[in-house]
Amino acid sequence: MADHILAHPGFADPVHDAQSSFRALLQALARPGTLHAVAAPPDPPAPLSPATAAVLLTLVDSDAPVHLAGPFALLAPWVAFHTGSGEAAADGAAFVLADALPEFAALPTGSDEIPEASATVILQVPALKGGPPLILRGPGIETMQEFAPLGLPGDFVARWAANRRLYPRGIDLVLCAGDRIAGLPRSTTVTEWR
Amino acid sequence: MAYVAVKGGERAIDAAHAWLAAERRGDTAVPELETAQIREQLGRAVDRVMAEGSLYDPDLAALAIKQAQGDLIEAGFLLRALRTTLPRFGVSLPIETETMRLARRISAIFKDLPGGQVLGPTYDYTHRLLDFSLAANGTQATAPEAEARDEAAPRVPDILGREGLLEADGASAAEPFDLTRAPLTFPASRDARLQGLARGDEGFLLGLGYSTQRGYGNNHPFVGELRVGEVDVEIVPPELGFSVCIGTVELTECQMVNQFAGSKTQPAQFTRGYGLAFGHAERRAMAMALVDRALRAEELGEARTAPAQDAEFVLSTCDNVEATGFVEHLKLPHYVDFQSELETIRRLRGNTGKPATSLPEAAG
Amino acid sequence: MKGYNFAYLDEQTKRMLRRALLKAVAIPGHQIPFGAREMPLPYGWGTGGIQVTASVIGRGDTLKVIDQGADDTTNAVSIRRFFAKTAGVRTTTRTAEATVIQTRHRIPETPLTDAQIIVYQVPQPEPLYKLEPSRTETRRMHALADYGAMHVKLYEQVARYGQIAISYDYPVMVNGRHLMAPSPIPAFDNPKMHRMKALQLFGAGREKRIYAVPPYTEVVSLDFEDYPFRAGRAPHACALCGDTASYLDEVVTDDRGGRMFVCSDTNHCATRRERAA
Repeated sequence: MADHILAHPGFADPVHDAQSSFRALLQALARPGTLHAVAAPPDPPAPLSPATAAVLLTLVDSDAPVHLAGPFALLAPWVAFHTGSGEAAADGAAFVLADALPEFAALPTGSDEIPEASATVILQVPALKGGPPLILRGPGIETMQEFAPLGLPGDFVARWAANRRLYPRGIDLVLCAGDRIAGLPRSTTVTEWR
Repeated sequence: MAYVAVKGGERAIDAAHAWLAAERRGDTAVPELETAQIREQLGRAVDRVMAEGSLYDPDLAALAIKQAQGDLIEAGFLLRALRTTLPRFGVSLPIETETMRLARRISAIFKDLPGGQVLGPTYDYTHRLLDFSLAANGTQATAPEAEARDEAAPRVPDILGREGLLEADGASAAEPFDLTRAPLTFPASRDARLQGLARGDEGFLLGLGYSTQRGYGNNHPFVGELRVGEVDVEIVPPELGFSVCIGTVELTECQMVNQFAGSKTQPAQFTRGYGLAFGHAERRAMAMALVDRALRAEELGEARTAPAQDAEFVLSTCDNVEATGFVEHLKLPHYVDFQSELETIRRLRGNTGKPATSLPEAAG
Repeated sequence: MKGYNFAYLDEQTKRMLRRALLKAVAIPGHQIPFGAREMPLPYGWGTGGIQVTASVIGRGDTLKVIDQGADDTTNAVSIRRFFAKTAGVRTTTRTAEATVIQTRHRIPETPLTDAQIIVYQVPQPEPLYKLEPSRTETRRMHALADYGAMHVKLYEQVARYGQIAISYDYPVMVNGRHLMAPSPIPAFDNPKMHRMKALQLFGAGREKRIYAVPPYTEVVSLDFEDYPFRAGRAPHACALCGDTASYLDEVVTDDRGGRMFVCSDTNHCATRRERAA
């Protein structure tokens, strides 16, 4: 396992790669549905995409632990070594890493007084375009933004609408594919393309 | 006056810093202060700076005092600003003040007690007469020495506690709050409150503590014990698995024994107020203990009526680094806001920017 | 700078700030408590803005710092130097060249673009504090969107003065949900916040709060239908560049009532004069 950890290093330049990946994240959440390239680590361990690995290395640490869902559970030693994050249960996690959209009800969504005490879901998907088109509206969007990732569940629009109704509570979503990311903050309204 | 857009901020700052350095040095005919002199001869100032700077390092505190020209709040700020940049290598075990090597230990609630009353180095019974022999320098101060008493000096609250007359201390296995890394939110737990008080401004704590004695949230305090001395600091390195001493700190601890509480179901007990400070700082530790007790009003079922009992007020105001920054920031230019106020007040007076001489006389 | 990390803060502190910033962006106008650090500049002098900038800025950025609209005010100089020293970033006084703009009390006259981030230094992030000093209570008021007290305050001003008499730090409603302090910018600048193309970030170091307004977000200055919000400026032209629309400083030129009015935004004024020359 130690070989595995060292065979897949973290950021080549921890300070500046984290900074540039953070700026991509900031833009992604400030401009929902737009795609942004991150400064990815050279050779992330499977099944992490470069973008997913960069997001973990940028945001996760011992003060903000991540829950590794599904196939990512195997990566716990790599994540612990490179971020200092222990394993968190889904209902107590600051971040949830998944390749299938988790049920939001199982995750912290904050309170009306402390809506920020909620989980950010890092969702690794096959691609950020080419999927069924969605229309986004809300803060960060001039009029409307088209967004068509692959890998969202068929009932995504309804599940997101339920999340939107919790506002200012709610889950924020970061989607990762290849070396790119896109954001869906809780403030975004999502409808199907008609 | 011919007006040109103001330039020269950079040059002004450089020149101001140079002037400050020259002023700090003062008359070069007078020998320059060494930080060791400050550390050894201005120990109470060093202790205050360490407490309010949240960093135990007498040498750096002495340097900060020198750099700040003896402005102790500025010196504390210098230590704080350094402190935030220091890496954290580990966390110490809780210190054991029971094993303190006592320089001073007094109890106001017992005439004598195990371990004895130890008067130690105190100003308490000095007559406050200026000592002109100090101005002449060359004092060879030597203190008489006696054999150390080979007798345990248990903490007075523990003596009372054995009889159940004093409430048990709030021991907790939980990871304590860390004020230096997380924002304080309210209601604040006692560990968070004590941290805020431990580095709060001494003058502010003193005033608040005093206010409780003047009826603003009285809690009938007795000095159960005040002790000053050195304590070992121990850590458990993960690779060793047992504790090792990494140094000693001088501390002042005050245990106030306060107004008893009780009910039909709970037997009456005295309650506690706790103060702890770096170095020899009795006034600070006592004031802290008074305020700690006052802040427990709600928990002990007392009416919360006085400023010293309002945790949000006390803890949001007691930090002198925050306070001095915000009070002094009023020196920064505010002319944009002031201009907007000028325009508003002119508009309210129905007068738009005519020369001031033609403005009507201010009412009232 | 030797002995310190890029942009002064250590990486763990930056991560803490960055997580708070992302939450702030996700909940426009909502204040996020964060573990503000002591900075080598005093609280109240821009430590919140500095911490936000330090967690955002990278080697490729160009930084502009203004105070009262001017690049050359001493505190702006001091903060610009801090980043030049600790991050080695390029600095500029030209609004259009900057990728990150840290400001105290003004929004530049030149409209900001979607390639820019503006970081506000905030002394008092709580818009309700003059009505209710307890932050425990104001947090509850925000949770319930219970902003009636602020409307009452504005109404009392109308009753007393015949108009709303707030000149700066004029409260705004963000995204139709959170009441927000725009920082002590003159009310004149409030309309620039509405649907601004640039990302707006706010840092309050002493009060340990971060908040944000994403691009194109609704930012509405509170008012009444019959007493609409008015953005005031001195009714003059700039004595240096002749602008009749920019925000003006009043400069006293003698002790006999003499005065002149010049642009508060020094880069805006200089650029106009360059073009005219």
